[in-house]
Amino acid sequence: MRKLVVVGHGMVAHRLVEAVRAEDKTGEWQVVVLAEEARPAYDRVALTSYVDTWDPASLALEGADYAGDPLVELRLGDAVASVDRERKVVVTEAGYEQPYDTLVLATGSRPFVPPVPGHDLPGCFVYRTIEDLDAIREAAQRPGRGRRSAVVIGGGLLGLEAAKALRDMGLSPHVVEMAPRLMPLQVDEGGGGLLRRLITDLDVTVHTGTSTDAIEPDGSRYIAKLGNGTELDVDLVVFSAGIRPRDDLARSSGLDVGARGGVLVDDTCRTSDPAVYAIGECAAVDGKVYGIVAPGYAMAEIVAARLTGGEGTFPEPDMSTKLKLMGVDVASFGDAHAATEGALEVAFNDAVAGTYKKLVVSDDSKTLLGGVLVGDASEFNTLRAMVGRPLPAEPGAILAPAGGGAAVGVDALPDGAQICSCNAVSKGAITHAITEEGCDSVAKIKGCTRAGTACGSCVPLLGKLLTACGVEQSKALCEHFSQSRAELFQILQATRISTFSEMIDRYGTGTGCAICKPAIASILATLGNGHILAGEQATLQDTNDKFLANLQRNGTYSVVPRIPGGEVTPEKLMVIAQVAMDFGLYTKITGGQRIDLFGATVDQLPLIWRRLVDAGFESGHAYGKSLRTVKSCVGSTWCRYGVQDSVGLAIELELRYRGLRSPHKLKSAVSGCARECAEARSKDFGVIATDKGWNLYVGGNGGATPRHADLLVSEVDTETLIRTIDRFLMFYVRTADRLQRTAPWVEEMEGGLDHLRAVIVDDKLGICEDLDAAMAKHVGDYADEWRGVLEDPEKLAKFSSFVNAPGTPDPTISFRRERDQNVPVLLGIPEVKQ
Amino acid sequence: MTTSIERTWTAVCAAGAVPEWSGVAALLGDGVQVAIFRLPGDRWYALSNLDPISGAAVLSRGIVGDAGGVPVVASPVYKERFDLRTGSCLDAEGVSVAAYGVRVTGGVVEVEASP
Ligand code: SRM
Ligand SMILES: Cc1cc2nc3c(=O)[nH]c(=O)nc-3n(C[C@H](O)[C@H](O)[C@H](O)COP(=O)(O)OP(=O)(O)OC[C@H]3O[C@@H](n4cnc5c(N)ncnc54)[C@H](O)[C@@H]3O)c2cc1C
Ligand code: SF4
Ligand code: FES
Repeated sequence: MRKLVVVGHGMVAHRLVEAVRAEDKTGEWQVVVLAEEARPAYDRVALTSYVDTWDPASLALEGADYAGDPLVELRLGDAVASVDRERKVVVTEAGYEQPYDTLVLATGSRPFVPPVPGHDLPGCFVYRTIEDLDAIREAAQRPGRGRRSAVVIGGGLLGLEAAKALRDMGLSPHVVEMAPRLMPLQVDEGGGGLLRRLITDLDVTVHTGTSTDAIEPDGSRYIAKLGNGTELDVDLVVFSAGIRPRDDLARSSGLDVGARGGVLVDDTCRTSDPAVYAIGECAAVDGKVYGIVAPGYAMAEIVAARLTGGEGTFPEPDMSTKLKLMGVDVASFGDAHAATEGALEVAFNDAVAGTYKKLVVSDDSKTLLGGVLVGDASEFNTLRAMVGRPLPAEPGAILAPAGGGAAVGVDALPDGAQICSCNAVSKGAITHAITEEGCDSVAKIKGCTRAGTACGSCVPLLGKLLTACGVEQSKALCEHFSQSRAELFQILQATRISTFSEMIDRYGTGTGCAICKPAIASILATLGNGHILAGEQATLQDTNDKFLANLQRNGTYSVVPRIPGGEVTPEKLMVIAQVAMDFGLYTKITGGQRIDLFGATVDQLPLIWRRLVDAGFESGHAYGKSLRTVKSCVGSTWCRYGVQDSVGLAIELELRYRGLRSPHKLKSAVSGCARECAEARSKDFGVIATDKGWNLYVGGNGGATPRHADLLVSEVDTETLIRTIDRFLMFYVRTADRLQRTAPWVEEMEGGLDHLRAVIVDDKLGICEDLDAAMAKHVGDYADEWRGVLEDPEKLAKFSSFVNAPGTPDPTISFRRERDQNVPVLLGIPEVKQ
Repeated sequence: MTTSIERTWTAVCAAGAVPEWSGVAALLGDGVQVAIFRLPGDRWYALSNLDPISGAAVLSRGIVGDAGGVPVVASPVYKERFDLRTGSCLDAEGVSVAAYGVRVTGGVVEVEASP
């Protein structure tokens, strides 16, 4: 057995170990990874999203701890200090000696901090690791007066990401860039102008074309002195002025390094010592270093292949980048700066729409060489895949807004075109997976080919390829309506159609079914169509809504009165107990902090509810696709750790949103402090108190596919909190699919949480006023559905078991006793299902 | 020669008690439960009320509609659809429920008691 020693455990090292373990069929290599960071490799590319959760687990890379693999040893938290190439041994800072047969350096790079005076003050940070972000957060949270601010030195890709992270932490960020425009490497002058405007609109102050001359302490704050004379008062400074390869081990052990740094390697990633390789950001392939992850992955694959008997050389890498910052798309691909001899540029600048697109084409304008997209990068993947290939149309026609997407569909791409550049997966490989290996969903393609598993920017293209291969991803609601739920919502809202029959006559076919009828009834209810059992609507409802109770397996129903926030008086508890005893109902505490009474027949339901309504209870909507419960913890009133009144807020929220009909059920919770006893982060919208306000998390789910909710806004006051939830719910209700809970809705939203925030916090689409009005109407129109039934003889008449024998209970229902309560006796029906 | 079969009709309710696109349950003399459905155009159907899949007597509470033009009711328990004309289940092979005759005379709904 031979020893493969890897120095550093970043994304590239992890890819190397994975590839070696996959290729090394005979177990020839024993792998030892020596890592400086104290945790296994994580998703550094997604580092900025750490701010949403502050949970390192959210950045974890699958399998990066190699648990259960006897052939991989991972030693964390002890950096390699030196390499003795003669003895083939590396020595760590703790003095641990590790012999090797083959050594791979994967030490990445370090942020470059320009030597401006004051750069080493305690308020100065870099932006590369989880620990860096934790340190920035701690500084950002230190008490101070007014809105806190920060300056990012460097306006490249990473600088803008840092600015976003700071903004999400609630600071006002400044960005200082030496070049005359932001992202000078990726974007040209025209795109840079628009980018600046879009970024400025997002409350980031941009200073371009100026140096930073000094950082000076000023009490507990700092002053950043810029070359143009501006002085910025800030609470902290983040340096993001480029990166430098970590080639110190190579230097100290006498390996060749590149002219501009980096461990010099050939196109097989071998250093000047044949027993030593270098990969990732620390490597200089033929003198050139690469600061993005895809070329690093390619290097890892090559070295893994070479170590296990295969071949491969480093290909000319694709340096295309696409990012979405605070909802602003920026992308560049291929020869973005028209460096090719004779290259022509065709640009299209739409100041009103806020988009800039430029294509770089060959001198005969037949071949695409590269391009820049700002404001809207939806065509990035298709265009990038077309670089070096004949254009399907005139460049002008491709850029014009109307011609855009259609002119450059996935169909136009040849099989060899790379769809996922992070993992080097071609269109051919993906269509093969779809047509030959039966992948009929994006998730399956990801599993089969790895495409879409890194930065995710190619995911929309995967969907288009599925469609192109004839795999239907229909949005049709059912056989009667070809529209999606969101489209039906828009139609009903715009036309003010108020009955199902008119809707299906004008926009559907046939007579409807158990899918479209309740879905349309739910939309009508959201739009304020009166009682859910009024007129024709009664025939559209699922049995639960029709009887305002939950159907059980023996044909009886359960009764769940609302107990807002889980708070209930002893007097009310006694009423529940008395009703349960009088009607012989099985009684159980639910998982939602309230009480469920089981075994009521349809004719008993109104009698039970008469008693409950008289005692001040109302429908708990346990049956509806609507708000269920807002759970609460005890909060500051009683709990010695509580910082806010979580019970009070939970009650307020439950009363505000009760009865709101939605695509699926809605759940919420409020915790009184960060201990999170109410499990708010497993809810559709969850609130956690801080000593300064409330943190709002959205898109959580328990159930079959648990998901922790994402932080949407932090430390807001109650008014802002409620306004934000109002908009979140209304936006969800209007745009989600049928039976799509908020978790998959948020997950599938194009542009993700940034987009959601842009829409409901920054009002990017200008719809907030409308959302607010819709919620105000809902709150104003709310009436208890059960009271509505009890007050209307026509509705009451529906609650009888038999039309010809009202009051006669269903003879098939009977009970037996179990643990002192009634439970159903199930009919001995013949087994009918095979 | 013609044999005439004795058909027994049982009056259950006024036609007005059953709104279009909905169903009601009726209890017949021998404890048999019939689900009666009304579609527009005075089309009436009657099936056994007992859902053979769940064993609960609830078919009358299902949503009425169509599947590819076939009039159906979907069981409220697990949503299997039954052909209103024949009682055969569209979603589970070999499963069916009894279908009964139903008619309206003088504004009164009558079901055929012995299928
Ligand atoms: C009664 C209760 C169980 C209990 O005794 O504790 C319950 C009972 C049912 N749940 Fe639940 N769930 C109950 C709490 C939960 C919880 C816990 C919670 O809310 O804190 C969860 C996980 C949290 C979540 O939803 O994210 C939960 C996840 C589900 C799911 C899976 C949802 C998902 O997104 O994966 C379903 C299925 C569905 O809705 O499609 C479901 C469906 C059901 C149904 C409606 C199934 C059905 O059609 O019969 C049950 C209704 C019974 C009835 O007649 O009341 N129930 N269910 C709980 C009622 C809480 C309440 O007071 O309203
Ligand atoms: C905020 C941010 C956003 C980014 N966004 C993108 C993006 O959108 N797209 C993209 O392609 N790239 C992006 N990148 C760059 C990408 O993260 C890097 O290209 C990639 O992580 C490089 O991987 P690596 O394994 O070579 O180096 P690293 O991830 O830096 O890993 C090197 C590891 O080696 C360790 N190490 C160093 N010296 C030693 C030693 N002597 N002994 C032991 N261990 C040592 C380090 O601690 C580190 O853990 C981003 C980077 C950041 C910081
Ligand atoms: S979340 Fe905090 S306030 Fe609420 S009960 Fe738990 S510890 Fe107490
Ligand atoms: S391009 Fe990044 S995951 Fe496919």
